[in-house]
Amino acid sequence: MLKDEDRIFQNLYNDRGSDYDSSKKRGDWVGTADLIKKGREWIINEVKTSELRGRGGAGFPTGLKWSFAPKELGSRPHYLVINGDESEPGTCKDRDILRFEPHKLIEGCLIAAYAVQAHVCYIYIRGEYFVDGQKLQTAINEAYEKNLIGKNAAGTGWDLDIYIHYGAGAYICGEETALLESIEGKKGQPRLKPPFPALIGLYGCPTIINNVETIAVVPTILKRGGKWFSSLGKAKNTGTKIFCISGNVNKPCNVEEEMSIPLKELIEVHAGGVVGGWNNLLAVIPGGSSMPLIPQKTCETLTMDFDSLVAEKSGLGTAGIVVINKDQDIIKCMARIARFYKHESCGQCTPCREGSGWMWRMLERMAKGEASREEVDMLGDVTNQIAGHTICAFGEGSSWPVQGLLRHFKKEIEQRNNFDPSIKKKKDIPYLVDQHLMDKKNA
Amino acid sequence: MSLRKPAKDQPESFEFNQKSLAAAKEIISNYPDGKQQSAVMALLYIAQKQNENWIPLAAMKYIGKFLDMPYIKVYEVATFYTMYNLSPVGKHFVQVCTTTPCMIRGAYKLVEACKEKISENENELSQNKMCSWMEVECLGACVNAPMMQINDDYYEDLDKEKTLKILDDILNDKTPKPGSYRGRINNEPENNRKTLLDLKNA
Repeated sequence: MLKDEDRIFQNLYNDRGSDYDSSKKRGDWVGTADLIKKGREWIINEVKTSELRGRGGAGFPTGLKWSFAPKELGSRPHYLVINGDESEPGTCKDRDILRFEPHKLIEGCLIAAYAVQAHVCYIYIRGEYFVDGQKLQTAINEAYEKNLIGKNAAGTGWDLDIYIHYGAGAYICGEETALLESIEGKKGQPRLKPPFPALIGLYGCPTIINNVETIAVVPTILKRGGKWFSSLGKAKNTGTKIFCISGNVNKPCNVEEEMSIPLKELIEVHAGGVVGGWNNLLAVIPGGSSMPLIPQKTCETLTMDFDSLVAEKSGLGTAGIVVINKDQDIIKCMARIARFYKHESCGQCTPCREGSGWMWRMLERMAKGEASREEVDMLGDVTNQIAGHTICAFGEGSSWPVQGLLRHFKKEIEQRNNFDPSIKKKKDIPYLVDQHLMDKKNA
Repeated sequence: MSLRKPAKDQPESFEFNQKSLAAAKEIISNYPDGKQQSAVMALLYIAQKQNENWIPLAAMKYIGKFLDMPYIKVYEVATFYTMYNLSPVGKHFVQVCTTTPCMIRGAYKLVEACKEKISENENELSQNKMCSWMEVECLGACVNAPMMQINDDYYEDLDKEKTLKILDDILNDKTPKPGSYRGRINNEPENNRKTLLDLKNA
């Protein structure tokens, strides 16, 4: 288990209060100006040394992302945008940073803004987190009062303004270009890439977008050294990570642990075990709802990091672990996730807008045992028609969980839906996929 | 995609009051000159707050003029994002999260409670016109499941009985205390803490 002194978020459970004075005791805002005096290059190199990968789901190396910002400030200003639109089912880590460690985030914003030469930083928070956003706003006001941000922020000679922008209940705004559209006051529909936001982003200006957790760990990395951070975890998957363990466990919780920790240790030690014991485990969604599920036998030996999960055809994503035990109906669980994606599709690309609804309706019928034998393969076909055929990664996000279900639980679906196609039986089922073949008036 | 329709009965006009006006001007100053359209989301929230939790079409027209942007663009934003209520939802608006992590911990029991206390169907006002409820997608408090949101506050670690009690309170126009209803502290593992212990005991 990670030693307490190596935990970055010492106030994860709010034992000490989130105001400036108690944050300072934990080391926030100590020596910030000295770090910045070491220069842009040093900061970016130190972050590269730490091998920090973005904590928002994609796991892109943060130092590399920062180095994409134009070196010289041109006629267009640079922007820093923090993505706090945490909406992935199973994930609730950023919320705790916003409400309990706001000064770590604000200090990180100053360092990151300096590194990418931005004078304005927008923090995009999902609208539902209004109360938590207000706590962050209190901390921002406090930081302005103490001159930690604003003109000559924290005595560094750098000017920085931080504003909060609230979302309004759209999952898709967690996609970085949809988030930019949303800040610009439009519908949150993702943009085509390229051009990438690092060159043409918010208001057409160079913009660097990072997750809340990514930015909040940066001050500690710089203070303790990139080498310290990269000594935790394993190569290319370094540092610490907040894991959210929810679902059928005895003690659901958030906990900060070392990368590459065994999944079994997380569940058994921190989350108090699976309800009904380890043998009652059915499957685990390892990284938020869009990551394919992992069956029990793999969970035994699985370690939680980006690369080992990719090897299992899943992903670490946001490290939101949803534990599902044998009391649950796995098809129903996935049907509910499919309903989530059907609801949250922005409607821009046809394969996703239509396909997400198809997947949901088929899974609902499969959960009830109303689908025919042939439809199981048809469902797999639908997922392949969506993934890779959309502007943003939502297409993959919505079809991967269904593909995961088909990969590991195909037998269960086939047992429940083992009859001839309805077209042969002339049975009238609403939403039937092949209905148009059967009944012209409903086509 | 979600289908969202504005209410049939619409007020004739809408205008910001003094307080809303001041708040709106402050928000606009957060964005660069000429980019006042960025404030549209915040202004819709302000209108929603001023108008008892919902946004009439007149308010969208007003905000369009206020920000110098076409009405249709405001309408687009208001209908795209699900947190803007386009018809009356009552003073206490209950949103029950039923996405998978909450569902497997019994979120549908909460839905039952809402059906018993508030109204048989979603998006329907209670008899005293005080509340309404709806199922929503993940609210981002998965380790505190099952949970629901009433206006801005989160009510966590619920079961049916506790939900019935909370709903009784709001139907009588009281505001129950938000947070965990099992007495746990934030997101810590209940009675099973293995980390940061010296801080807790200090």
